Amino acid sequence: MPVSSSSSRAIYDALKDGGVRLISALPETWLVHLVRMAEDDPEMTLVRLAKEEEGVGISAGAHLAGMTSAMLMQNHGFLASVNGIVSCAQLYRIPLLMLISYRGEFGERDPWQTEGGGVTEDVLRALRIPFGYLDTPDHVARRIRKAQTLAHSANKPVALLLCRDLMWEEPA
Amino acid sequence: MMRRLDALDAIYSQLEDAIVVTIMGAVAAELQSIGHRPNFFYLQHAMGLASSMGLGIALARPDRQVVVFDGDGSILMNLGGLTTLARYRPRNLVHVVFDNESLLSVGGFPTATATGSDLAAIAAAAGVPRTCTVRELEAFTTAFAAAMSARELTTLVAKVDAVGPSGYVTDLALLENRFEFQKWLRQH
Repeated sequence: MPVSSSSSRAIYDALKDGGVRLISALPETWLVHLVRMAEDDPEMTLVRLAKEEEGVGISAGAHLAGMTSAMLMQNHGFLASVNGIVSCAQLYRIPLLMLISYRGEFGERDPWQTEGGGVTEDVLRALRIPFGYLDTPDHVARRIRKAQTLAHSANKPVALLLCRDLMWEEPA
Repeated sequence: MMRRLDALDAIYSQLEDAIVVTIMGAVAAELQSIGHRPNFFYLQHAMGLASSMGLGIALARPDRQVVVFDGDGSILMNLGGLTTLARYRPRNLVHVVFDNESLLSVGGFPTATATGSDLAAIAAAAGVPRTCTVRELEAFTTAFAAAMSARELTTLVAKVDAVGPSGYVTDLALLENRFEFQKWLRQH
């Protein structure tokens, strides 16, 4: 499976360095290594979800209880979480770090990913969620740290889009 | 049957040291009418997520007892969350569902529990280790006390009358509640 394990490792290490000790996740192809890393790490609490919106509540609870968390999901999971983001995280000023695999952008071969890919950024903008891209390994750690810093200073959800160029190693 | 307000009143003294998360509407207003405490958080929207918040708190603070006051309309929006609760089954979480078989605050329209859906059975089938349904106040207070001392994840469904307060907005601002609650958690 050409999901990049080195990029996944860089992301995971940056989350750990940022103090993340709880990760909620709903697996998707690009997230497999990240989910396994969380699973194998005795210092990490991995919460496997039935639906991504639950992760908003779990992260909100963890935050109020003093634990730093992150959410791993596909962009369709983000779309499925919108009311939780608005009516829990934004209404109550909860810092959420959302790592969203950005399916359906240039290079996408799965037809079913393309519609969600086309609306992801517009929905993030409509919700006024600050977001950035993780598309090459060298800026992963820095951008994750900065996203986390803003989430906590603003008490708001922020998103990082995990892009194809970072996550997927195309066969030559 | 019983009134939710009486049920809350009967167990109020057991909430002194617990971390409490409630759903919106009548439950929040009634608990505040008995007496707000800094260890009570009222999730005034985001229906369905009170149980998920309770799970996040319970996992982050295994040293403290967490109580969630949920409702039939809310948990029906997050039935998948019961499988997540059951999967991690925190021993310090008591999940109370006040089931009035209706969406009381928006006109009293019946929920699916009015036509036979059984939330305790759903929770049990999801894997929640302790579940029960109670219909009378005495049975509720007994079941709640048992759940608080069980050290096992419990979903306690309390069938209650579809009656509530005349209004739902209280003088406790949402963000005041949120920051006060966080501060209490930091200090305890």
